Amino acid sequence: MIDMILFGVFPYVAVALAVAVGIYRYCFDRYSYSSQSSQFLESRALFWGSVPWHYAILLVLLAHLLAFLFPAAWGTLLGAPGRLYLLEVSGMVLGVVTCIAMLVLIFRRAANDRVSAVTTRVDWLLLVALLVQVATGVFIAISMRWGGFWYVHTVSPWLWSLVSFSPNVDYLASMPFVVKLHAVNAFFLVALFPFSRLVHVVSIPLAYIARPYQLVVWYRQRKQV
Amino acid sequence: MNIRAQVSSVFHLDKCIGCHTCSIACKNIWTDRKGAEYMWWNNVETKPGTGYPTKWEDQKQYKGGWEKAGSDLQLKMGNKSALLGRIFHNPDLPTMDDYYEPFTFKYQDLTNAPAGDDQPTARPVSMVSGKPMKIEAGPNWDDDLSGSNIYAANDPGVVQLSEEEQQQMFAIEKMVMFYLPRICNHCLNAGCVAGCPSGAIYKRGEDGIVLISQDKCRGWRMCVSACPYKKTYYGWSTGKSEKCILCYPRQEAGEAPGCFHSCVGRIRYLGVLLYDADRIEAVAKLEDKELAAAQREMILDPFDPEVIAAAKKAGIATAVMDAARKSPTYKFVKEWGIALPLHPEFRTLPMLFYVPPLLPILSKEQQGVQKLADDFFTSLEQARLPLKYLAGLFAGGNEEEIKAVYRKLIAVRIQRRNVTVGDLDNAEVDKAREIAGLSTETIEAIFRMTSLTSIKQRIVIPPMLREQAIEAGMDPEAYKQEMGFGSRKAPKRRW
Repeated sequence: MIDMILFGVFPYVAVALAVAVGIYRYCFDRYSYSSQSSQFLESRALFWGSVPWHYAILLVLLAHLLAFLFPAAWGTLLGAPGRLYLLEVSGMVLGVVTCIAMLVLIFRRAANDRVSAVTTRVDWLLLVALLVQVATGVFIAISMRWGGFWYVHTVSPWLWSLVSFSPNVDYLASMPFVVKLHAVNAFFLVALFPFSRLVHVVSIPLAYIARPYQLVVWYRQRKQV
Repeated sequence: MNIRAQVSSVFHLDKCIGCHTCSIACKNIWTDRKGAEYMWWNNVETKPGTGYPTKWEDQKQYKGGWEKAGSDLQLKMGNKSALLGRIFHNPDLPTMDDYYEPFTFKYQDLTNAPAGDDQPTARPVSMVSGKPMKIEAGPNWDDDLSGSNIYAANDPGVVQLSEEEQQQMFAIEKMVMFYLPRICNHCLNAGCVAGCPSGAIYKRGEDGIVLISQDKCRGWRMCVSACPYKKTYYGWSTGKSEKCILCYPRQEAGEAPGCFHSCVGRIRYLGVLLYDADRIEAVAKLEDKELAAAQREMILDPFDPEVIAAAKKAGIATAVMDAARKSPTYKFVKEWGIALPLHPEFRTLPMLFYVPPLLPILSKEQQGVQKLADDFFTSLEQARLPLKYLAGLFAGGNEEEIKAVYRKLIAVRIQRRNVTVGDLDNAEVDKAREIAGLSTETIEAIFRMTSLTSIKQRIVIPPMLREQAIEAGMDPEAYKQEMGFGSRKAPKRRW
């Protein structure tokens, strides 16, 4: 029963919250969509935390996403020992990087008076949840080798069962506790997304590359006056 | 030709008395709230000095403005992909320490302290963290400290002078300073607009005012670095960048912007300039020394029938054209050529112009009698502030620009002295006029505009034609008694 709630119901609740509250907030309080950067108050420690954190977590998430979307291709990719070691070891290194970077960011928020003044309770909840996520991730990667393999046979089908609205929680129910924690916490982060500063992840400003440098907005029709 | 109208300004530095009334007016209207305490959309700096934020002019440090990359123009921060690559940490962002940490005092301790042998004190506390702090800088910290070896000696414009010129500036008996009031320049080739990854910053087509859409801003803070004048500010509490809005709500109601209206020295002029937007890029790519002149060139004559026809075609309202013909900025910048842009070499084409302060030695004391200098135009070269320094500020290093302005300003003074005191040779007055290349009438016009104008002549606000704006399509009754002033939510963190 508890497995059903955690792995069969909670993911839907989390995604529903993320979409509904995310859209609500975008439509009715767009002003609040911000990265809430604190670099202006403290720059040095942020460099050592934010830069490695973002680049490493993006690559780690990309690997999770590819293995979920294309399990067969991912399995083939890991088929040769050379490629397996390369991917697994880089994954572990990136995971360790995210852990260290998150510790730097947490320490920075706690130790710097200015930065802690702009930190809310939701920010702390988010930081702790992110730390739990990357720490369990690294623990799983190191202690349960090779994650890249069993992910495509367990987690990927579980996620696909969620996508097809026929949740099969057996894939997760038989997993060790730490994997369950990692999975549930992942959806907790999804649920937290619309309520926290995490909303900035949907503001990827890629359109910037294509737009002209200067923007001019006309407040009225340009017609003959 | 793509004609656009721009509300532009001229600050007459000879008239600035450094009273900071403008700064206070602005602060009281716009930035008196949490997260904005340190922001001075309008500030007045003492020059030579390091300014606010400290050494903002030093683009080796801050990487603001544009630079030429081959035949293209790109932000000094780097091209677009380089800029996005640094979105997680912007190495060129000034921190609060480059401005100052806002502070207040624990005044309650003065009355609440228990009785004792010591005098109670009000300790300074940070307005960010609320904790006791040591005040190391504050608003206008180096006010009137020119000549100091901490502030003036570190002025980026002074540092590039030769040893001899620096000596000349700091010789005590010649010590000199002037005030430089600064607001957003509402540039034609704005760095902040170009640097914004979210596309939140834009120029209003009708009047050229540069604004940040608070709903679109995501706090990537690239605008703060990209603006070479450091006139966009990051709101540390709201997570949004803010900047001078040239009091557009006041202008739309026909009122002068707060800093203009409150100016005690009446140094501020505001009016419409017409320019050809197709030429922005070409002008911005010219050599440093050509920029001030080229910017003057691209301003169009509102009396020229061709320009009037083109403006009509571009949809510029006749009422705006009327305002352009009355514009005092057009006279100062184009007709008389005595107002120059600040740091044109940043290549943003700033639309705030300055009449440089007239500081050459005009008279000497001889045996207790004040005597005019023998030759005004050799004394130019012996100006108390080196021309090179002023050229670095207002002309991209082109001393000829400064000399031309000074010759005109000196001619105005000589002619007026002849009128009011009458102790000069007519030949000398004619010579000064000839060298300046001005007619008697023009000189009289410059004099009147400089000293005898009413506010309606100094500040000619074009009609903002709100009745034609898109928002006018929204029913004002729908929000009446519901949202209060406007329909926006309070600028604070809610989630």
